[in-house]
Order: sequence, then C-alpha cells, then structure tokens
Amino acid sequence: MKLSAYVEGVGVLGPGLGDWRAAEAVLSGRAPYVHAPTVLPMPELLPAAERRRTGRVVKLALAVAAEAAQRAGLDPARLPSVFASSGGDGQNCHEICQTLATVGREMSPTRFANSVHNAAAGYWSIATGAMTAANVLCAFDASFAAGLLEAVAQVAVEGATTLLVAYDTEYPAPLHAKRAIPDAFAIALVLAPEQSAVSTASIRLSFTNLPAHACDEAGLEALRGSIPAARGLPLLHALNARDGGYCVLEYLGDTRLRVDLTPCA
Amino acid sequence: MASLAALHSGLELCEFETVRLPTYVGEVEAVEEVRLPRALHAFACRNNRLAELGLQQDGFEAAVRAAVGRFGPRRVGVFLGTSTAGILETELAYRRRDPADGSLPDEFDYGATHNSFSVADYVRRRFDLDGPAAAVSCACASSAKAFASARRMIAADVIDAAVVGGVDSLCLTTLYGFHSLQLTSSQPCRPFDVARDGISIGEAAAFALLERTPASLDADAVLLLGVGESSDAHHISAPHPEGLGARRAMEEALASARLSAEDIDYINLHGTATPSNDRSESLAVRAVFAANTPCSSTKGATGHTLGAAGALEAVICALGLQAGFLPGGVNTTEVDPGLGMNYLRRNLHYSARRVLSNSFGFGGTNCSLILGLAG
Repeated sequence: MKLSAYVEGVGVLGPGLGDWRAAEAVLSGRAPYVHAPTVLPMPELLPAAERRRTGRVVKLALAVAAEAAQRAGLDPARLPSVFASSGGDGQNCHEICQTLATVGREMSPTRFANSVHNAAAGYWSIATGAMTAANVLCAFDASFAAGLLEAVAQVAVEGATTLLVAYDTEYPAPLHAKRAIPDAFAIALVLAPEQSAVSTASIRLSFTNLPAHACDEAGLEALRGSIPAARGLPLLHALNARDGGYCVLEYLGDTRLRVDLTPCA
Repeated sequence: MASLAALHSGLELCEFETVRLPTYVGEVEAVEEVRLPRALHAFACRNNRLAELGLQQDGFEAAVRAAVGRFGPRRVGVFLGTSTAGILETELAYRRRDPADGSLPDEFDYGATHNSFSVADYVRRRFDLDGPAAAVSCACASSAKAFASARRMIAADVIDAAVVGGVDSLCLTTLYGFHSLQLTSSQPCRPFDVARDGISIGEAAAFALLERTPASLDADAVLLLGVGESSDAHHISAPHPEGLGARRAMEEALASARLSAEDIDYINLHGTATPSNDRSESLAVRAVFAANTPCSSTKGATGHTLGAAGALEAVICALGLQAGFLPGGVNTTEVDPGLGMNYLRRNLHYSARRVLSNSFGFGGTNCSLILGLAG
C-alpha cells in the first residue's frame, strides 16, 4: 500500500474540547479534562441567508475545517476535501420523519435540501468558494478510519493536499434510543503529499488485527466509545506526543487501521 | 437491455406505499418479495432487498466470487453510492411510535437498515469481503463518485478490485421532498424538452466489478478511463446558473483520461428534466464539447434514481459501448432549441469508442466519468 501523508494542520471540537490548542493541553496532561457540552460557533464564513438555514452538523464541520486550514496556513478554496460522518444530521432527520408520520406530510423544502449527507460539504464549498472535489463518506462506526483512508489515498494518488473532516452530532429522542450519540464531536486534518515548514508528522497507514488503542483519560475514552468521529482520538494523542510510535484505530470489525507516525524536525 | 433497445419507459403514475402525489415514478416490481440470506436478516429493508435483486442479475455474483478467488477477500473493496439508503424503515417506524412514551418499535434497527453504510455493509458481508468499504453519499452524484473512490484505492494499491455501484430506493422523504421544492413533474419526465417541467423519481441497484487493468484484455472489455470531480460553491439545492462546476468536472475527467473533447463520441447527460438543471448542464457541455456531440438523458426511461443514477448510467453506457448503440432519450418530443444540443431521441447504431457520463447533486457536487472500449 502506498498510503502516507504529512499532517499540516489539525482542528478539533467536542465536549470539553474547544479547539486543537485546548485538546493538546488535555492530551499532554497540562490541563484536566473537564466534560462540558459542545459549544458550536456561528459559521461566520457563510453568507447570512445561508447561515440561518444551517443546523448543528454544518456549524460543527465548518468550525473544525476552518481551524485545520488556518493552522496549516492554507487557502481553503484550494483544498479538495473528504467529509466523513456516521449518519449526518439526526435532528433534521427526526423532524422529517415526524412530519412524514402526520396526515398532512407537509415537508419543509429547506429541511429536505439540508437532509443530504453532503450538506456540510456543500455549505463548506459555498462558504470558502472551493470548487475542488469533495467526497462524502459514511461507514457507520468506522467512519473516522474510512475517511482517513480515503483522504490519504487522495493525497497519495492525486498528489494534492487534502482536507479531512470527520464529524458527528447527537441524535434526539426517539432515535437516540436506537443510535445513542450523546453530543457533537469533530476532527479535521490537513494532509499533504510533501513536507512543509508547518508539517508536524508524517503518517503511514496499514491494516492490522491488533486491538484498537484506548484513551488513558476516562472522560476522553467515554467520548471515543460513544461518538464515531471520536474514534480518531488515539491519533490526536499520538500527534500530540511528537515521539513517533503508532496508534491503532477502530475500522471494520476485526480489521483495524494502524497509523505509524514519524515526527517532523 | 431489451428495454433500452425498445425505447421503453418504466415510469408510471405514483402508487408507491401510501403516497398519492401527482407524479410518475420508476418503481421496481416485486422488491418486497426478495429474500435476504438468513444470516443477514437484520439488513432486511427495501433498499437492501433491491441491492440483493441487483446482485442476482447477469452473473454478477459469480464474477465477484471469481475476483475474491483471484485476489483474496482483503484485496476486494466495496464502494457504493446511496442518498437515502433504508430511510423508509425509519419513516414507517415513526408511524408506529409507542403512544405512551413515543419510543420506536423494538424491531426497528437503525444501523442495519436506515444508515447509509448499511447497503455497503450488506454487500461486504454477503460476499465475506474483508477489504475497505464505505458508502459514498453525495446526493445524486453518489454512485459516480463511488467509482472515483474505488479507482483511487486500486491506484494506491490498497485493493485489486472493488464492488462499485449505487442503490437507492423509493421513500417518502424524496417523494415529498422534491414535491415540496416543486421539482417533480406531473407527467413522465421529459429531459431537454422545450416543455420539460420536472423530474420523475426512480429506484435502482446498479453494480460493476472494477479491477486493476490486466496485461491483456478482451476487445469488448469496458475501461474506466477518467474521472472528474468538482463542487459548485454556489447553492445547496440549485445548480450554478452557468454550469461552472459541471464544466470543471467534465474538463477534469478529460484531463485524467488524457483525452480531448473530440475523443468523446457520446455524452450521457445528467438531464433531470428540471428547467434550470438542463439549462445549466447544456451551457457546461457546450463550453467543453462541439455542439454536434451526440447526447441524451436516459432518465426518461428510468426516472431519476438519485444516488444510484451515476452507476446506473455508467452501466447503460457500458452496454451501449459493447452493443454498438447510443441510447436515445425517451419521452422527449420536442428538443429545446435554445439549449443547442445534438440530443438523440432515437437509438443510434454507432460503434462508439469513448463516452462520458455526468452526475450532479444537491450541495453542488459534480462528477463525470469517461468509459471506453479496450479494443
């Protein structure tokens, strides 16, 4: 397999984790992990008319994507992207199914347009002007690793610096009993084919049957276990450690994704 | 194949489930009678039944098993496009909520039916595959982009082959949703017609086995020569008025295939039959190709099968390449002269060498595929 890339920028947002700086402090033990509901910023990049129409899933994805691109020092309009979500906008889906269960079935056109799994990718392209390729995947609980695999394959094959955005939001009742995602969490990575001045590590992917790595911190491990996008936390831990090594991420059943890291000088 | 040769349309007035909207649909018969293997019973829903029905056609199952024998289960991936997967199960479950606490029925299984990945997971388990798998869900460009993902995985040497395709089935969300946007026609859809007034929704399962190009090929083997992907950066549910994103996808597909516009013998248009979609696509096509390039939309025959459309139309293009014909567009009686296209209304017997297929979707996502004959 020819699957390697350089990490140029990271974005994170989740319960108790406001951005990558805050996450780095927690991952390195400089600050305690304090659980708090995810606070989503307004997507200032979007025109006002579009901003009003977007739900939490779009705000979440745009926030981490913008952070990762900004840390990489790159113009987001030039980046092809891979979006990966385990199920898209649960709240919007609930509203639609509730409407369709009524006698009138009066569907909201805005809700329908926003129901596509690629809504976040669409609004990201509107917000940034990116006319580049945007692929949008779903692999249920394996969505983070599936997205990482797709993004690194794009870097390796197309030779283009690529943005990965993995994100999930909570499902409301009654869907929550069937899909118990408790809150919003997202990770974004900018991945490049060649080393630059801001590269922090190179990563190389392979498949393994080794057990997936867990987070030492109980609060973070609870996130990893309950939100598919947070299955990427062991990779953030390894990136923050800056000492090479590897991590194993959950993928499909017994097949897991091993990520070997080499720190950049 | 016989339906294409006869210019048959499968569109009929909507009688799907309890939906009585004034619109035509392309409903596949007897889907609910399809049985899934016992071990995969949890996946039972209209979408996965339609997938199973598709897998049983044309010796496809045997072709996949042969590929697994050649390459091993870890070297065969699954990349399938879908927009709504088994959401119909959730729509029906919401009618059966517990009157006391509002909960959904016990037997409702979100992950195995509604979730977009369920169809890819079903196919992966159906063939005991252990390679990478994902659902590609980019609205109506989903299953064209599934070819792009699988092609990259083969190029990166992650896999040697992949089951690619698209599966989307009728559901209330899309029927009422497109109706709410006033995008459905009250007649069978008429792509590129001067009086076109909206889409007809269809359903389909379309599969292809994509493999690394071997050293020697039969002359009638179909090759995936190029892929182009782009975004409109314009609007969540309306195409770019000048078709700039669509144009970029076609240009990138030509560049990836190292071909020029004159090398393309036929274009299978996205051609949904809404006034604005067909107009913006015509502007994009004319910006890249000569005005006399033969083209048509096959959605008059199949309806718009949404996330399955890209794969379905790739399969139609492959059939046309192998059998030596270019498919005519059904239902269209008077081609809109303002669009300036060489739109085929009849099948043209012509041994095309290379064809291009367009798929565009909500969110402003675009994908063009170029297919060609090996010999």
